[in-house]
Amino acid sequence: MKPSAFEYHRVRSVDEAVSLLTRLGGDAKLLAGGQSLVGMMNFRLARPSALIDISLVDALNYITSNEEGLRIGALTSHRAVERLDDPVASERFSVLPRSAHWIGHYAIRSVGTFGGSIAHADPAAEWCMLALLLDAEVVAVGPQGERVVPIGDFFTGFLQTDLAEDEMLTEVRIRTAWPHAALHEFSRRHGDFAIVAAAAAVQMSGDHCTDARIVIGGVDSTVIRVADAESVLTGATINAEAIGEAAAAAARAVDPPEDLNGSAAYRRHLTEVLVRRALDEAIAHGE
Amino acid sequence: MKYVGSRVLRHEDPRLLTGRGFFVDDETRPGQLWMRVVRSTSAHALIRSIDLTEAQESDGVLAVICGRDVELPVIPVRVSPLKDEMAPYLQPVLATERVRYVGEPVAVIVATDPYLAEDAAERVIVEYDELPVLLDAEQSAASDVQMVPGHSNEVAVLRASFGDVDASFASAEHVVEIDVTIGRQTAVPIETRGLVAEWSPDDERLDIWGATKVPHYNRRVIAAAIGLTEYQVNIHRTDAGGGFGVRGELYPEDFLVPYLALRLGRPIKWVEDRAEHLVSTNHSRDQRHLISGAFDRSGHLLGLRDEVWHGNGGYVRTHGLTVPELTITMLPGPYRLPAYEGVCHIVLTNKTPCGTYRAPGRYEGTFARERLLDIAAVQLGIDPLEIRRVNLLSAEELPMDRGLIALGTSVVLDDADYQSLLEVALVEADYSSWQNEATQLRAQGQLVGTGMAVFLEKSGLGPYETAAVEIDREGGIQVSIGGTSLGQGIETIMAQIAADELTVNIASVDVVGGETASMDDGMGSWASRSTVVGGSAVLMAARATSDLALQVAATLLEVSPEELTLRDGRVEVNGSSERAMSLGDVAAVIGNPPAGVDLGCKVLGARRKFSVEHMTYPYGVHFAQVRVDGDTGAVSVLRYFVAYEVGRAMNPMTVEGQLIGGAIQGIGGALLEELVYGPDGQPLSATLIDYLLPTAGDAPTVGTLITESHPSSSNPLGAKGAGEGGLTACGATIASAVGNAIGKVEAPTRLPLSPMRVRAMVASAAASTDHVSSAE
Ligand SMILES: Cc1cc2nc3c(=O)[nH]c(=O)nc-3n(C[C@H](O)[C@H](O)[C@H](O)COP(=O)(O)OP(=O)(O)OC[C@H]3O[C@@H](n4cnc5c(N)ncnc54)[C@H](O)[C@@H]3O)c2cc1C
Repeated sequence: MKPSAFEYHRVRSVDEAVSLLTRLGGDAKLLAGGQSLVGMMNFRLARPSALIDISLVDALNYITSNEEGLRIGALTSHRAVERLDDPVASERFSVLPRSAHWIGHYAIRSVGTFGGSIAHADPAAEWCMLALLLDAEVVAVGPQGERVVPIGDFFTGFLQTDLAEDEMLTEVRIRTAWPHAALHEFSRRHGDFAIVAAAAAVQMSGDHCTDARIVIGGVDSTVIRVADAESVLTGATINAEAIGEAAAAAARAVDPPEDLNGSAAYRRHLTEVLVRRALDEAIAHGE
Repeated sequence: MKYVGSRVLRHEDPRLLTGRGFFVDDETRPGQLWMRVVRSTSAHALIRSIDLTEAQESDGVLAVICGRDVELPVIPVRVSPLKDEMAPYLQPVLATERVRYVGEPVAVIVATDPYLAEDAAERVIVEYDELPVLLDAEQSAASDVQMVPGHSNEVAVLRASFGDVDASFASAEHVVEIDVTIGRQTAVPIETRGLVAEWSPDDERLDIWGATKVPHYNRRVIAAAIGLTEYQVNIHRTDAGGGFGVRGELYPEDFLVPYLALRLGRPIKWVEDRAEHLVSTNHSRDQRHLISGAFDRSGHLLGLRDEVWHGNGGYVRTHGLTVPELTITMLPGPYRLPAYEGVCHIVLTNKTPCGTYRAPGRYEGTFARERLLDIAAVQLGIDPLEIRRVNLLSAEELPMDRGLIALGTSVVLDDADYQSLLEVALVEADYSSWQNEATQLRAQGQLVGTGMAVFLEKSGLGPYETAAVEIDREGGIQVSIGGTSLGQGIETIMAQIAADELTVNIASVDVVGGETASMDDGMGSWASRSTVVGGSAVLMAARATSDLALQVAATLLEVSPEELTLRDGRVEVNGSSERAMSLGDVAAVIGNPPAGVDLGCKVLGARRKFSVEHMTYPYGVHFAQVRVDGDTGAVSVLRYFVAYEVGRAMNPMTVEGQLIGGAIQGIGGALLEELVYGPDGQPLSATLIDYLLPTAGDAPTVGTLITESHPSSSNPLGAKGAGEGGLTACGATIASAVGNAIGKVEAPTRLPLSPMRVRAMVASAAASTDHVSSAE
């Protein structure tokens, strides 16, 4: 459990990081909080030839909110999101701070970064789920400058994203407020990655749902949206029956893998349970 | 008596809690090299070829060695019945022709640092011809594929019995038969294994750091294996981050490190990493019990039968057949039982070999037996507490020779009162209010339940332990013991015993364990024996030292020893306390006696050996209250309680610590921990992401009751061991509570009770009630 040899570079700015990424080539990796990367290196599942340590790029450590929405700098720690106390942001995007406690333990949340989680693209990661749930946009900076990627195009496979080898994620933006949103998950111990997680968000007009998002984690190679479950809700009157139907539709739509934490059937069952719980809380929240 | 029996703070804690502990990885020798083990990636295969060339050319590498390059004996059995019969099944230090589990050592690298060693290890190319993989004990016993050519995969069948079992079943009014399984688990001490060895050519001496548990045994075997005498090998004490049975046994690395240090003439260090730990350190549990009980109508147990399948992994290791033997000899527990037959099949499988893990055999056997009683109670319509009450042996029936042999001694249940402990525990835990609360919550639709189990432990295994006490001129007292510190608090306990006996302040006592230069013989620390047996040796040595001090002081003060008293570390003449000598003064005079005076000794000290024939049997009761999330199958432990009879608690605080820590570990085994293998024999629980240990966040508050009603007569302290009873009944108790919560007592038959398994039970319980109600 000792990593193979690597070069180590510490940078202070995005420009420096991107130019090093360009110069060092595809085997170089950015190091943010290190809470995913270092473990993989110790198991030699990742063997970067060089690490570019961006943890001191202070310019990327921020959360701002205005009428255009919420912007989270890539190096913002999970813990900072958990403690979000900007009154506007915490009302409109409260699902972010409310869900942070599901991520690992206090120590991990203090060091791990929002951008690192999105770039790592774990299919059970809470931030990845919520980014998809809330229609986020990802800002990437490369040698050619900045581009903005809609979240729907960002996660391309297991631990894979649309980021090019010489690009760095700098910011995540969320434009639309979703006050009725929640995330629920199930793991065997507090702090473990979810076996299955479900996030739900609805826009309500009275008891009528005008738009809905359902995202499931831990059942596929990426976090996924389940259109079949969303369409049950959009345009419908929200009651226990509609929630139950949406949950059942989500369970039918997923095709989960089997591993030592659960069979495919158990994960499908959990999907139904958790979608129901997430919807119940989403609707109750912001009432 | 000042210290014994009181809550003395642990001596070792300031050191351990402020980062000043000294663990094996803290030892670094000048010129030290690092060893890395290349392990089999195949579960069962013939080794076609091993190519070391690339590894040899790798940076920083000094040596690359595989099985054909070393001459080392197979690893012997330390304790077990049928020792000689185990010979074909023993593990070589390095595999040569075939590998039998993923993780088996096939080669070693020695390099200048651990990173380069790991780089080189990746460059060893081993080609395997795969063989069929056997993962299950029964399947392996029936298979034509022989894991050891010419020998059965069934290593042995052990039997233990008394009474006429057939007759008891024939005459029974009610027979209950169940099939239960305890998954494969292991201990995960916070410190992994490790060893440092250094050969000093000038004084022809080998120094070793990192051996824990049984240093004297290990040094004898290692010395013989590498052609040295026992006294050429010095084992040094280090702190140890837990043992739990697995740490400190002789493993392949324990031979390789000293062997390479000698062969290369350079100090060698090896520190196991966590991924290695989970595939190379002993596994345990892994048993299936087909257990049946013969009962009369009122629930009296007439006979008990158990057929156990024990999946032992790829080899027989140092514990031999100890776990299977303890399983079937302790299975009858604290119950009155006219007839019994236990049979255990020990079978090789293509998994990591097994050994003992805290409460070996009893965790498993208690689960099987107590499940049987719970289920029998339901079937007979008796309260689960009542079925225990009618079957527990009464105080008048004890002591009692069970007519069974365990660990080479006959099982003689010593003085005890199992029945009254159960009653006292019920009151102390306020169990009936746990039950009432659960009943109310169930009426509101919540799946909350309570469960309990009674257990019998064993402790204080002989044959002996040694201890030496020596007092220096300044009154400093060194207590050298044959046991070792595994983090269990032995330094404090031994100091309490010695300080009381010598009437000194405990601060003047220094306890040294695991250092072969200060104590050249000992049996080590395992099986809840150190306080009972080692503590008694300390008591005897301290008493002999105090006698000697009186005798010498009598000569010097010109009185008879009867006229002297030892008080506050001073030998005083009775009635005139100003005529006195401190123990340090006595030591000083002994070291430098007045001309012409023969004091008959050279130091103020004594060495004693305490021998004991029989074990002593502590016992207890566990209670739990749990909540099941019917949707997910998750179990949360709301309340937990352990009541334990310890004979005499040397230090109630450390006994509580043992019970609470044990309970958390046992609950981990009941709910979380399982070493799972894929069909190809690849370990799937190979990291701590997948092998789930209980964390502080998940641990319930554990209540304890320690009773001292029946001091052991086997030792002068009256102590019974306390190392394991916190754990023994956890599997049984949690299963009982889960069964109660979901309204299906018989459902939990397999540990751990993972959420997926519990969810399936809830679903089938719901289905069967639906069925019943629709039939009505
Ligand atoms: C015990 C434990 C439990 C955990 N539990 C959870 C959990 O429940 N849920 C969860 O979501 N996470 C969990 N994590 C992971 C944790 O949240 C990580 O912090 C997160 O996944 C990655 O963030 P990081 O800053 O640590 O990234 P790093 O580990 O430094 O990097 C991860 C990857 O992202 C890349 N990267 C990082 N930053 C950028 C960037 N700005 N641009 C481009 N690429 C970048 C790196 O090159 C690397 O490939 C857990 C971790 C541990 C150790």
